[in-house]
Amino acid sequence: MSTVGGTRTARASAPALDIARIRKDFPILDRTVHGKPLSYLDNAATAQKPKAVIDAVSRYYSRHNANVHRALHELAVEATEAYEGARATVQRTLGAADPSEIVFVRGTTEAINLVAQSFVRPRMSPGDEVLVTEMEHHSNIVPWQILCEQTGGTLRVLPMDDRGELVLDELPNLLTPRTRLLSLVHISNALGTVNPVREITEVAHAAGVPVLVDGAQAVPHLPVDVRAIGCDFYAFSSHKAYGPTGIGALYGRAELLEEMPPYQGGGEMIRSVSFERTTYHDVPHKFEAGTPNVAGTVGLGAALEYLSALDPVALKNHEEDVFGYATRRVAEVPGVRLIGTAREKIAVVSFVLEGVHAHDVGTILDREGVAVRAGHHCAEPVMAHFGISATTRASFGLYNTREEADRLVDGLQRVIEIFR
Amino acid sequence: MSDLRDLYQEVILDHTKRPRNYGPLAGANRRAEGFNPLCGDRVRVLLEVNGDTVRDVRFEGTGCAISTASASLMTEAVKGRTVDEAEALFGNVHALLTASESSNSNELGPLEVLGGVRGYPMRVKCATLAWHTFRAALHEAAEPVTTE
Repeated sequence: MSTVGGTRTARASAPALDIARIRKDFPILDRTVHGKPLSYLDNAATAQKPKAVIDAVSRYYSRHNANVHRALHELAVEATEAYEGARATVQRTLGAADPSEIVFVRGTTEAINLVAQSFVRPRMSPGDEVLVTEMEHHSNIVPWQILCEQTGGTLRVLPMDDRGELVLDELPNLLTPRTRLLSLVHISNALGTVNPVREITEVAHAAGVPVLVDGAQAVPHLPVDVRAIGCDFYAFSSHKAYGPTGIGALYGRAELLEEMPPYQGGGEMIRSVSFERTTYHDVPHKFEAGTPNVAGTVGLGAALEYLSALDPVALKNHEEDVFGYATRRVAEVPGVRLIGTAREKIAVVSFVLEGVHAHDVGTILDREGVAVRAGHHCAEPVMAHFGISATTRASFGLYNTREEADRLVDGLQRVIEIFR
Repeated sequence: MSDLRDLYQEVILDHTKRPRNYGPLAGANRRAEGFNPLCGDRVRVLLEVNGDTVRDVRFEGTGCAISTASASLMTEAVKGRTVDEAEALFGNVHALLTASESSNSNELGPLEVLGGVRGYPMRVKCATLAWHTFRAALHEAAEPVTTE
């Protein structure tokens, strides 16, 4: 398996992750649920937070809170340094050339809407096209549908096969002279498929089409290097990467951000305002209207620093081990059909159990302390592809263990007993 | 704290595995569709209403155990009732499913088993879907019923 930079990582001589110590870093993991120990397997929905993140947010409000940027007093200086320091942390994490290429947003959804309205919309004429894929989350479908409504454009879809892999042979046909953007997911939240975003970006660029990558499920699990991928935009959410909710980041290539009009108007994104004429701030502040979620960025910075302090090879080995084990054990349960069997997969085990609706599976697993998600996972087209209305999805994070996978499977046995 | 046995009681599981009155209804003169967009439960209720009596009832659709069992129990409860009786039944079942403490519902008989759903707030809509759809069929609403 390769990282997105294209280099193969060696499995051989990495120190093992001290999972017991890591689990102690996450306060919520020692909770019980319905009298059972919590097995939190819903990380694709949101991840739990290490104490370092919780403390960073708390410390910000206790010691450094002020509004950012324009004030002269000491607290404002500290708050601004914290905020811009977090921006630099995101820049390093993504491998961007400059912090000015990082725009803080509420999350991946807002990032996509920003690109749709500020980058693509000025370039859309009636009959132009936006290309997405069949495996997208609704957040990477609906903003484009709205945009096409506004502009008379057409949304086109790169299909996937029954393994949950994109049909890449179709890609050249779908990159037409009218295609204004290709927007695709790095790792599918419903299927776990890892898409070859670097190769896909090369093909798109050769056809003159810019690329936005939805990295919400990728940043928690993979080292991401946006310059190695070559994409024009990359978006992710803090709360899936062990950081707080309500904050995320959009990477955009500097020359694109420079020429894009603002997304939202207000304070902070201006240079000067009068009723005759208002001038805008430089990037990235041009895209950050209003008082930002400063505490959120502080927490996000702490989360990314927590992740970068872990040995990347040991982390990867651990996640692959638990994920592989869980996949095998779940697949062996009689009546289980895995949904999403791509050759490159990370973290997500989606399945249907014969004769039992996902909601019933989820409810019974919950009573065993096992937290999974049952439903369409905001990916109704994926469900439609497989002719189902819902799957049960177990999704793994860095702190999960083989033991928790065993509890998941024991829970499934209980479901089968009840419905026998 | 609710026990799983409160939700997946024998009667509920029986109605899930062997739903009563499932299938098409040739003489249907009222019908309605119901849908829970959050989980994909779908139900269609078909009624043959004669005068003011629900002479016959069927349901079709796909969904979770709770929605299927609730629909099956519903059809047994409403068949042969007058429209007014069926409306009253809807009100009592709705109260049973959504009230914070158990109300005086002696008259509900077999439907009592649905009371267990109260301990599972995320599943209440699964149980009420068939009933809302039945009511819509009674009044032949033009739009499909949705839980949202």
